[in-house]
Amino acid sequence: MTDATQTRPAPDRHVPDRLNSRAARIFKSWEALLLAVAIAIFVINSFASPYFLSAWNLSDATFNFTEKAMIAFAMALLIISGEIDLSVASIIALASTAMGLALQYGAGTPELVIIGLTVGLLCGAFNGFFVTVLGLPSIVVTIGTMSLFRGISFIILGDDAFRGYPASFSWFGQGYIYWVFTVEMLLFVIIAVIYGILLHKTNFGRAVYAIGNNPTGALFSGIRVARVKFILFLLTGLMSGIAAVCLTSRLGSTRPSIATGMELEVVTMVVLGGVNILGGSGTIPGVVIAAFVMGLVTFGLGLLNVPGIVMSIFIGLLLIGVIALPRLWAMAAERRKP
Amino acid sequence: MTRFIPVRETILAGAILVLLLLIASRFAGFVAPSNLANVFNDTAPLIILALGQMVVILTRCIDLSVAANLALTGMAVAMINVTMPGLPIPVIIAIAILLGAIMGAINGVLVWKLAIPPIVVTLGTMTIFRGIIFLISDGKWVNSHEMSPAFTAFPRMELLGLPVLSWTAIITIALFGIMMARTQFGRSIFAVGGNPHAAVYTGINVGKTQFWAFVVSGALAGLTGYLWVSRFAVAYVDIAGGFELEVVAACVIGGISIAGGVGSVGGAVLGAIFLGVVKNALPVVNISPFWQLAISGSAILIAVAFNARAGRTKGRIILKSAEATQ
Repeated sequence: MTDATQTRPAPDRHVPDRLNSRAARIFKSWEALLLAVAIAIFVINSFASPYFLSAWNLSDATFNFTEKAMIAFAMALLIISGEIDLSVASIIALASTAMGLALQYGAGTPELVIIGLTVGLLCGAFNGFFVTVLGLPSIVVTIGTMSLFRGISFIILGDDAFRGYPASFSWFGQGYIYWVFTVEMLLFVIIAVIYGILLHKTNFGRAVYAIGNNPTGALFSGIRVARVKFILFLLTGLMSGIAAVCLTSRLGSTRPSIATGMELEVVTMVVLGGVNILGGSGTIPGVVIAAFVMGLVTFGLGLLNVPGIVMSIFIGLLLIGVIALPRLWAMAAERRKP
Repeated sequence: MTRFIPVRETILAGAILVLLLLIASRFAGFVAPSNLANVFNDTAPLIILALGQMVVILTRCIDLSVAANLALTGMAVAMINVTMPGLPIPVIIAIAILLGAIMGAINGVLVWKLAIPPIVVTLGTMTIFRGIIFLISDGKWVNSHEMSPAFTAFPRMELLGLPVLSWTAIITIALFGIMMARTQFGRSIFAVGGNPHAAVYTGINVGKTQFWAFVVSGALAGLTGYLWVSRFAVAYVDIAGGFELEVVAACVIGGISIAGGVGSVGGAVLGAIFLGVVKNALPVVNISPFWQLAISGSAILIAVAFNARAGRTKGRIILKSAEATQ
């Protein structure tokens, strides 16, 4: 009963067992299907615009998804466990504002980074406290903190902006490791590997799946459900803090409206990656491919001069489409059977 | 006794009174009847949308697309008005309600027929609707001088001392009061949210009821779309941006359980009025309007924590103690 809006019991619909072979096959092939889509988009893009196939342009394109994907990995674990965090974009705003504030008191680059990550962790702990200690539904809590965190940024900044970050701070969002490979790409790869191992190779990862499939069963099999969920909220907060450092460093300024609507894109990325929004299944490789798909789509559309708000239509359609299509497919298959 | 004085609503009404008294102690003008009428009029769109959202939340769903629906309908009727200034207002209103209901029906079908979680559906349609506003308007504004005088005058028109906008809210409240308590649809909404399994056995189609809840919410968003655009005499892509959160906040503060099945018309209205009073009081007591967002966020958290404590039933004690001893 943690989140009734997501796990609504609909008695007239059969919820397939996760161990069922047919369902397993669908999810197994999801990443393959997604990879095919990514390749198709890549090919279409390289035909649609002559500027697409350039190492530097493609390198720039990765900025479209690296920051979001960092959060998406943590969000994937959270959604698999049956919770959700809609406040991630607001955590970025608050962490960025805190860094900007510290800058006014003469903080250097290391302090700025520590402050950004700490604020992220604190926000995650705040969400986690409400959800796991008070036992409130995560969707309401994070809708509340979504307003609260960004609200605090607005109180501090109003319609002002913090600028003048030190030159060394810009390394995170604008720096290059080697040739066209950016610092953010390196972070993205490291974080992806860490989360891949965490979810697929550790007891903790198994616990996350167990909780998502049956929280009560997980509890009675000795998993500390509340503690695991709290850690997941902490991780999501921390990742938002890292994303805040990267984004602030890249933009070189902080406004309270920073990263508005990013929570939607992060959730879309996770769902597109094959993570079941109701919890219990999903993989990190799926989210990685989904990140590339979304990055390529937005970059390709950007090259064709499609405005950002029209791109958001595609994101919205993608979000609904990726969930609706397999279900339509299954319904059609059901109907064909005698 | 408790049957006649619902506890949660009484506490909320008390909180609003205390708030008003606190403001009145320093700024007596705020509680003058004419100003209170202004505050109510200003809160009317929130009240109307909160009632629609209440119906959706009661059925265990959530509608995050209301503000985008409002903005799209508002832009559509504004553009219709610009191209056909002669179109009578009742027709405009009918179009607005119909457009809103269609958008609600899209949400409803996806939830009912495809069983997609409502939060995903409405997050998606929220961005799609906003994007469509940009497509149909080309990002341009529709300004007051382009709208016909009748179009912008309607919500301001006074009847018995109150503007039409306020009357719309009052009539909606009355209709919802009757609908939720006296009609089969109203009762089935509570049944679906309270216990979907039992609802099925009593012959209620859960998915269909959720569908109609979305249609109701959409229709009210459409109606509010016209009232909003005509009242402020401007339509652009970002009108009512983020308003869906305020609407959900009003419901949560009003004691409507996000788990479904628990809530009342009075609660939703009081929740909306609470936010309306806070919003209107901020400039009076000289606090920057930038506080509004943080205050409504805190109000959501406090309200949901408070309601969860109050609503904790004895039926779940076994699980709770198991969780406590882990």
